[in-house]
Amino acid sequence: MPDIYMDHISANPVLPEVQQAMLPYLGERVGNPSSLHKWGQAARDDVEAAREKVAALIGADPSEIIFTSCGTESNNLAVKGLALANEKKGRHILCSAVEHTSVLSSAKALKRVGFETELVPVDRFGRVSPEDVQKRIRPDTVLVSVMQANNEIGTIEPIAEISKVTKERGVLFHTDAVASAGNIPVNVKTLGADALSLSANQFYGPPGAAALWLRQGTRLTPLLDGGFQEENRRAGLENFPAVIGMGKAAELALADMPHRLVYLQGLRDKMIQIIPSIVPHTVQTGHPSERLPGHASFCIGFIEGEGMLLWLDDSGIAASSVSACTSKALKTSHVLLATGMETALAQGSVVFSLGIKNTEEDVDYVFEMLPRIVDKLRKMSPTYAKFLKGVV
Amino acid sequence: MPVYSDKVMDHFKNPRNVGEIENADGVGEVGNPICGDMMTFYIKVEGDRLKDIKFKTFGCGAAIAVSSMTSEMGMGKTMEEAMLITPQGVADELGGLPKVKFHCSNLGADALHLAIDDYRKKNNLPPLVHGEQAHHDEETDDQSWDTAVDVVEP
Repeated sequence: MPDIYMDHISANPVLPEVQQAMLPYLGERVGNPSSLHKWGQAARDDVEAAREKVAALIGADPSEIIFTSCGTESNNLAVKGLALANEKKGRHILCSAVEHTSVLSSAKALKRVGFETELVPVDRFGRVSPEDVQKRIRPDTVLVSVMQANNEIGTIEPIAEISKVTKERGVLFHTDAVASAGNIPVNVKTLGADALSLSANQFYGPPGAAALWLRQGTRLTPLLDGGFQEENRRAGLENFPAVIGMGKAAELALADMPHRLVYLQGLRDKMIQIIPSIVPHTVQTGHPSERLPGHASFCIGFIEGEGMLLWLDDSGIAASSVSACTSKALKTSHVLLATGMETALAQGSVVFSLGIKNTEEDVDYVFEMLPRIVDKLRKMSPTYAKFLKGVV
Repeated sequence: MPVYSDKVMDHFKNPRNVGEIENADGVGEVGNPICGDMMTFYIKVEGDRLKDIKFKTFGCGAAIAVSSMTSEMGMGKTMEEAMLITPQGVADELGGLPKVKFHCSNLGADALHLAIDDYRKKNNLPPLVHGEQAHHDEETDDQSWDTAVDVVEP
């Protein structure tokens, strides 16, 4: 049986070159980057080299990179850290309705200390319009947070256009680029945001390393109190093996990006074109073209996502779903609902997120198996039976 | 460790008694596709026994396995006996269910009991006492900002 991994939005393999870069620090190399001795200074040099590579990936200055432990931490640091540093100016925050829970929950946590959060709606493709942001900016608005690409539906947001609005109104703008950085060209100069979150594992780096890019001169209230690491913005011993791996992964992603982009877009477009034609009553979710290169997401009518995932797994295909049954909270995806997806149809969510090791054959195998799986589940679906009888 | 027991996976992959019964003597329906799980049970009654049970289920692996197991447990039983089937009993027969799946997906016994109620009502028979029910709170369609973010609240 094949062994096909199509869940890169959840986790990515660590590339061999990245492993090689990290290995010394998982073995004999020792030294806290804050220490003065030669061991510490060697670790410091390697961390700083990694910082340069991560900065280069997004067109930033190395001094603007704050290493963190994961995308969630970067988003918490951005939302809470920027809001709290500016609370004298106001306590109003704008987030898109499709943000990752680490952004939405950070904003919600701020409600307890007197902040007010307003959600900016999206269209049926999951896109935020700059006008909708503009309309909601108030004199007391201190932060706007809109993700660059959505992990559930793949849609890429018009960040550069939104930043024009925030700049004009003098409001800070954070973008969660965890799903996009390292996968599509990201340049903080042209994006015009003030803060940007990125995570190593999304571009074949190790889990445990992520970063927040913060525009020079932007004030931030740290979340962790302790030492003076990361220019006093993130206390705690750097996870330097992972940070060094992140640097290597960033270097490879930048060099290989044109190739990866074209390759993954080809496979993705094939899936987007073919799956709705071989599985009736299927809708593609997210934007048809403004989307992550390897991201093909659908809602399949009359069946539920978890059953689909179990059968796909049984056939050797690893995919994901955002149906209520597959979520730990047993709630329908707030992203799909924000796009106006019918709740029952949202339960049939399936996401194929492709990686550079996936092949044409892998995609063809999905085309072979998926219709059979859907058929099997529909045969036992009461809603499909009602549909066939014309009851619904 | 896999999410589901071997027994659950067996009933998910090879569900027993899937289908509908033409002119069923009783039909019971629980849940709705909006909350993720929906089950319809059909029964054929002979004397006071369940001669045949069939089901259709929209839902997760657990919901399908629960339906299959419930149909097996009820087959051939008297209606009184079938009323004693409980969600806990079905879960036990399946070698346990993940805690998170227990309430939302374990609706098979309820659906079977509703089919028996339906039969008794149609035939002017007094209703039988229901056993323990799954405490299924119907989820509303309201997935506002608050509910979307409640995910992470302790």
